[in-house]
Formats: sequence, structure tokens, C-alpha cells
Amino acid sequence: MEIPEEEFLAPGHRACAGCGATIGVRLALKMLGENTVAVSATGCLEVITTPYPETAWKIPWIHVAFENAAAVASGVERALKSQGKDDVNVVAFAGDGGTADIGLQALSGAMERGHNIIYICYDNEAYMNTGVQRSGATPYGASTTTSPYGKESFGEDKPKKNIPMIMAAHGVPYVATASISYPEDFMKKVKKAKETDGPAYIHLHQPCTTGWGYDPSKTIELGRLAVETGSWILYEIVDGEFKVTYRPMQRKPVNVYLESQKRFKHLADEEKERIQNYVDQICAELKI
Amino acid sequence: MTSIGATVKEPGSSKHYKTGSWRTFKPILDKDKCIDCENCILFCPEGCINKDYDIDYDYCKGCGICAEECPVKAIKMERE
Repeated sequence: MEIPEEEFLAPGHRACAGCGATIGVRLALKMLGENTVAVSATGCLEVITTPYPETAWKIPWIHVAFENAAAVASGVERALKSQGKDDVNVVAFAGDGGTADIGLQALSGAMERGHNIIYICYDNEAYMNTGVQRSGATPYGASTTTSPYGKESFGEDKPKKNIPMIMAAHGVPYVATASISYPEDFMKKVKKAKETDGPAYIHLHQPCTTGWGYDPSKTIELGRLAVETGSWILYEIVDGEFKVTYRPMQRKPVNVYLESQKRFKHLADEEKERIQNYVDQICAELKI
Repeated sequence: MTSIGATVKEPGSSKHYKTGSWRTFKPILDKDKCIDCENCILFCPEGCINKDYDIDYDYCKGCGICAEECPVKAIKMERE
């Protein structure tokens, strides 16, 4: 696949060393190109890319509030349409908090109305910007500052909310999951989302060095382990047709993924086994 | 004048802020070993490695992803 050279996110942004979100945004913007308007929800990405009076964005970008990235993107799309500018891509970037919790109703509304927008959720599995509080997308067993492990608790006790499937239930033409560690797979999906007439949703899994507790150099390795262990599955749903886009040659035990992160270090064998069984069950259904 | 919120008129103006000073370890690429796979270019969170594989040390934060993802170990991390 030909990967465009041009960068639309400038350096000098304030992301942590080894940030996965900026990798995801860089790759997505390469595929979307210059003729794009971006919208962000409140979150890491908004804070690190726009330390006023500076911006890292080289394309028009707008932020309004935490809960309404999808509503703002809808408005931008409709305004461009009324001006006859049908060839402009409108993309919304929101974190898992801004998607699974705070922005869910705005997102659901935008999907239902059928706006021609691309919504990319960069999922680092907690509210990283404000200090690692749990979100609806935090996986079972993870320790966060609001689901800490200790005598009373083993960490997050709820399963990860399945947002891509909730989006698929809206009957939108394109839904996909992706990982920053599989850039070609992700960029192909961004291209398809761009070419889709109507709403497209991509759920991008993205390791976070600060919140997950691992060495910054391992960001890509961690994302890969999530996929290779079956903890994160790469698929797409085109007009209701479900297809797994990447199958690991041989699935690794979930333990390898869990043990390389501080947020799972406390887990007892019993809980690890429960996670493995859960992953096995899903993978069996999908023949992974 | 109507206020339309906080606007920033210069695209990519964050480039005026040099993040290279955050670094403790510096990636050094041995171009003789490089096989032109583009992994380091794609995976750099700063986007500060160009197509000729020159690393822009004004912005490199020294995360080490490039060295970790290099399939031929052509990048070494050296203490500043």
C-alpha cells in the first residue's frame, strides 16, 4: 500500500513520550489528506495538540465540549453541504470517555441521522488526561484510580463496553475496529471510511504508556500483544457484513499481555483465568 | 467584533515549541544497516523522522519506539 508522505499533525505537541494517540491521528490524517475538517472531543488529544495559542493541526480543527464531538461534526458536515462543498471529509476524534460515556448520545444521534462523517474513537481504556479514571471502555480487571485494586477490590469489575457493536446496531454502512500496531490494516479502514457515503465508525485500540504502566518504547508491542492474544479483535462490518480482517497465526496466552502492564500486575490466577476463558469464548465464536 | 471563540490562525504552530529537551535517551540510526522498511517513520508519535530517515532532534522526545520496532536493530538509544 502506498502511504502518503505528508504529515498533517505538526511536532511540538505535548503528548507524553511514546503516545499512541498521536500515532493513530498521524496515520489517519495521512489517508484523509488535506481536504479534511477535524473535530475533537475534550480529552488527551485536544489538550496535547492545542496548547493555546498554538496548534499542532495543519488542517481546520474545532473543539467545542466533551460530549458533543459527533454533534459538532454533524453541524460541520451539514454546513459544508449547504455551501455545496460535498468533497470535504469531516472526521471526529474522541477518546473512549468521550465516546463510550460522555459523548454516547450525541454519537448515537449522529449515526441515526446518517451524516456523512467519519468518527474515530482512540481507545486507551480510561480517562488518561485527568489521571487514569475508569471509563466504560476500561477492561475487566484493570486497576485505575477510580477502580483501584486492594483488599476490597481486584480492579475494574465490569466488562469493556462493546461500542463498535453498539454502533453496528445503528445500521450504519461502515464499522471497524483497528489497532495502531497494524498500520496498514488501520489505514485501509480509514480509506474505506472516507469512501463510505454516510456515517463511518472506527474504534482504534491504542496503548497508553502513562495509564497502563509500561515503558514508552513498548507502545506498539503492547498493541500487537492485545491482538495476538485475542484481547482485541480486528474486524470490519461493511453494510452489515461482518469480517475478521486479521487472524493471529497462533493465539498467545492472555497472560503475556496482562503481565506486561502495571494495571493488571495485581491480578490473581483466578481472575486471569476468567479473562482467558472470556477471550477463548469470543475467539471460538469467531474462529480465531 | 463578533467573538468566535479562541482561534489559532497559524497551522501547525506547535512546531515553535521544541520538545527535544524532554529527552534522556537519543536514537542514533546507522543508515548502513537500514533496510528502508518505514517502521520508524510510521510509528513515531512526533512524526519527526523524514523519508530520508533523518531524525529531527528538535522534537524527538526519546520514547524509543523507533529502536524497538526496527527489524534490523539499526537504531541504538544512547544516553544524552
